[in-house]
Amino acid sequence: MSENASESSKSLPKQGKLADLIKKTASEKIGPENTVLVWPNLVYLELIAIMVAVATILFLSLVSPAPLEELASADTTPNPTKAPWYFLGLQELLVYFDPWLAGMVLPTFIIIGLVLIPYVDPSPLGKGYYTFKERKFSMLGFGFGLALWWVLILIGVFFRGLDWSWYWPWDDPHVHQPAGAVKLVDLEILLQDFLGLNEAPLVTLGRYAVTMSNLLTWAMFLGFYAVGFTVPFLFFREFYRKLGFVRYNLVMFFFISMMGVPMKIFLRLLADIKYVLVTPWFKI
Amino acid sequence: MLKLLQKIRSIVNQTQVFKSIFRHGYPDTDANRALVMFSNVILHLHPVRVRRGALKIKFTWCLGGLTFLFFILLAITGVILMFYYVPDTRRAYNDIRDLGTVIYFGSLFRAVHRWSAHAMVFSVWMHMTRVFMTGSYKPPREFNWVVGVILLVTTLVLSWTGYLLPWDQLALWAVTVGSKMAEATPFVGAAGPFGPELGRNSGNDMAFALLGGTVVGQSALLRFYVLHCLALPLITALFIAVHFWRIRKDGFSGPL
Repeated sequence: MSENASESSKSLPKQGKLADLIKKTASEKIGPENTVLVWPNLVYLELIAIMVAVATILFLSLVSPAPLEELASADTTPNPTKAPWYFLGLQELLVYFDPWLAGMVLPTFIIIGLVLIPYVDPSPLGKGYYTFKERKFSMLGFGFGLALWWVLILIGVFFRGLDWSWYWPWDDPHVHQPAGAVKLVDLEILLQDFLGLNEAPLVTLGRYAVTMSNLLTWAMFLGFYAVGFTVPFLFFREFYRKLGFVRYNLVMFFFISMMGVPMKIFLRLLADIKYVLVTPWFKI
Repeated sequence: MLKLLQKIRSIVNQTQVFKSIFRHGYPDTDANRALVMFSNVILHLHPVRVRRGALKIKFTWCLGGLTFLFFILLAITGVILMFYYVPDTRRAYNDIRDLGTVIYFGSLFRAVHRWSAHAMVFSVWMHMTRVFMTGSYKPPREFNWVVGVILLVTTLVLSWTGYLLPWDQLALWAVTVGSKMAEATPFVGAAGPFGPELGRNSGNDMAFALLGGTVVGQSALLRFYVLHCLALPLITALFIAVHFWRIRKDGFSGPL
């Protein structure tokens, strides 16, 4: 790049981002004193990396060959049925979310969220070097999502056994865990009982009987997003100003959705709540 | 001894055959070290010179390059495995078993293929983590990050389609879990939100398109085989080419 930049800058546009970039690149000190020849310096480094990696793969292949279980049979379902390790995070989410969320919507959010990262991060700081101090929010946000992903995978790989129950390493993996006495309940039923609300629907829209408690769960669900969007806007105005309207809303939507995942997990584990929002078409 | 080797080398370097292939001398002078980058199709992925920072292992951890290496290993062992494997539910399982019993080094090729696949998924994730940590996705490299995300997806789908091919219990049921999720896709899955409302049933939904049927059977095996051995590797190779090309065009983000 450096060797092309100076000669090509004459024929390229005088204005605009590209021109700025070329000027900047050309003005950087990329003279011979700061660079080295790729052969031998980099090529040999790559050769060493290749040899170490191939040796590692060969070693692993020799000590642990690929497994082959019984012939596939639709008649006997193995217990537990585990997906490959890199999908076990998603399979673990199936405990807390319906398949359309755990298997489709959340992965799609992850992919779209990843694609958006470079377009919603306008800060020029921390480009080309490791730094936490200069970009705390993006580092913490990304780190949180990454940690969540890995923790769910590790749980799926090491702590799930028969019937997808929780197994500690010292538990006998061949004995079923006693079926829990826990009875899962939807948030709207919980609210209905707790607040003594009327069970009769306020309105009936086709299959959808909207009760007072159901409206409350809608309010709480939308309120979760509303609070998430509003609080940074009110109290961290600098953060909003730096991002601008579109970027801010995109960042906050994916950030709040990401935070919703562990929150639903905690609601399930601590309050035995199965769904926080129930409609005839989908349940969350 | 060393003198003799150097003499042999200088003779070899003068032969018509050597010159027809390499078009320059052994890269022990600056001129030849530059020429080797221009004239060698594999090495020309590199620039002639790099900034010193590019050599720092603690910056890149070699992760992108290692991912590519695993892809190459997978392509090589994959072609060898294809010689012995027929995607037919009646013999696929036995073909895989034969690899471990009657085919010379069959077990090794299969094990290398499997470990390289695990390693590739792992190194893609670590590479992305590194690229995020060093902010290397920032302008002007935004689009190459997007290409990287596409490569992440193709890597995962490649691994997943390969999982079915041995046609053992692990394969069948792992893919069944996945197809249940496809069935639950909103709007296009028979069991997903608004799927039935839009006329989706088990005969015309997302899972049906994926499996070529309602259960994981012969059509699914053939589909996964063709995707795994032909379509996805080609797509992946194409995006790898774009990925590398963009690295050269956008430059290296690392420190001096």
